Amino acid sequence: MPIIKVENLSHVYSRGTPFEKTAVDGISLEIRRGELLGIIGHTGSGKSTFIQHLNGLLKPTSGTVYFNGQDIHRSKEATRDVRFQVGLVFQYPEYQLFAETVFQDIAFGPRNMGLPAAEIDQRVREAAAFADVPEALLDSSPLELSGGQKRRVAIAGVIAMMPEVLILDEPTAGLDPAGRESVMEKLLAYRRETDCTIVLISHSMDDVARFVQRLVVFDRGHVALDGTPAEIFSHAEALKDMGLTVPTATELALALRQRGVDIPESIYTINYLRKQLLALREGAAPC
Amino acid sequence: MLKDITLGQYFPGTTVIHRLDPRTKLLWLLGYIVSLFLAKSYVSYALMAAVLTTVSALARIRPRTLFSGLKPLLFIVIFTGLLNLFYGTGEPLVQFWVFRITANGIRTAAFMVLRIILLVCGTFLLTYTTSPLQLTDALERLLGPLKRLHVPVHELAMMMSIALRFIPTLIEETDKIMSAQKARGASFDTGKLTARAKALIPLLVPLFVSAFRRADELATAMECRCYHDGEGRTRMKVLRFAGPDVAALALCAAVLAAVIVLRQFGL
Repeated sequence: MPIIKVENLSHVYSRGTPFEKTAVDGISLEIRRGELLGIIGHTGSGKSTFIQHLNGLLKPTSGTVYFNGQDIHRSKEATRDVRFQVGLVFQYPEYQLFAETVFQDIAFGPRNMGLPAAEIDQRVREAAAFADVPEALLDSSPLELSGGQKRRVAIAGVIAMMPEVLILDEPTAGLDPAGRESVMEKLLAYRRETDCTIVLISHSMDDVARFVQRLVVFDRGHVALDGTPAEIFSHAEALKDMGLTVPTATELALALRQRGVDIPESIYTINYLRKQLLALREGAAPC
Repeated sequence: MLKDITLGQYFPGTTVIHRLDPRTKLLWLLGYIVSLFLAKSYVSYALMAAVLTTVSALARIRPRTLFSGLKPLLFIVIFTGLLNLFYGTGEPLVQFWVFRITANGIRTAAFMVLRIILLVCGTFLLTYTTSPLQLTDALERLLGPLKRLHVPVHELAMMMSIALRFIPTLIEETDKIMSAQKARGASFDTGKLTARAKALIPLLVPLFVSAFRRADELATAMECRCYHDGEGRTRMKVLRFAGPDVAALALCAAVLAAVIVLRQFGL
């Protein structure tokens, strides 16, 4: 059974005003337990709206969302419970920090779950360790931290709820290369250790290409493509038509193919491209 | 959801009403409000309602959109209605305990409620059809004479336009922060009053922080473009009264006159 199943989901914003807009239009999707799923799409393709349905923040205009086989909107309590099972990290999550200390902020989710103090304490420390927030920072004000630190504190705030599914909307946006690398690394380490399901929304094709197992492409409220990165990035032209870029390696491979170099279409990481090119040279060496 | 609040929002369009000079519309609103407060009979209220309906039809604003803006004010409307209902003078129609309802009370209550609704809808029509920029332009021009008395008209207009401009932004921001905190299990609509007030902290702190950050960034951006106050500034779009404006203002005067005359006749 998929951990999350979305059936024919549609969402219309500002219904009945001149600003009426269909953000998500009849999407059906299954998210399998334990997978690392990437979602890409142009700005306004409906991906942010879509993920807010997965933990019941938005109510579908039509369609149903199932978590572990049960409708998440079957009751108010059920919807609230799902929020703890499906953790959602918004874009620029550092803007939601509010508490007096970093510790208090990370503890906000677990406290809302009604956990005993001892467990909250333990979870906060674990989450902080996962997100690479030094113990020494736990007592300082979250507003005094640097941008990257704030981001990691905010992510820790969601991890502390120990959700079965972790959804992140552009977790690396606006960070410097070192910050990006560290956030992604921490996420992968977290996944290895907890076997949780991760849904990653990203604009960075290179990140997506490197990390995810399955990729879903959104275009104007629909799922345009769904498959492994290799399958998706072999449709480079279609992606470009949707206003998306392809990973740098794919771009390069595409240009080489156009110049008559014989390499496969489904190249999307630098390592694989390197291997292919080296193989080509080996093959060509005898003549 | 907060997004559905349409307070101070502008719906772009190209109707007659949209194209009127913003000064005309502001003066119209002023005339309309004065008329509303002078009106005290069914006939004059009917006239005011007819004016509102005609203008909203001309501006192609759906009644539903217009009324949806009233939602946040529902409490005030009902409260005013009830208060007036029980404070009427004259022979009571119904009497129980300390409450007495008179024919006069019902009449006043109905008029008060109608007055608030018409007032609010009229104001909404102005903001729906006029961009904040136009509105402040108009305000600055209309208040221009006060500059001689050293009233900082330009600064006030600038402050107003910035405030108006940022209402939707702040609402959007509030929505975002609310969603983010809800995702961590916060709930804003359950529990006792004290619990609810406390639940607002995770919302208000980030909102204030970001409002100050925005203000700071805006100030820097304005200084980078060498912004200075009103002295010697020219405009890209100069406001000009045209034929329709004269007609509209004449109509406004006519409505006002009609209400005054009706009042004289005790209607």
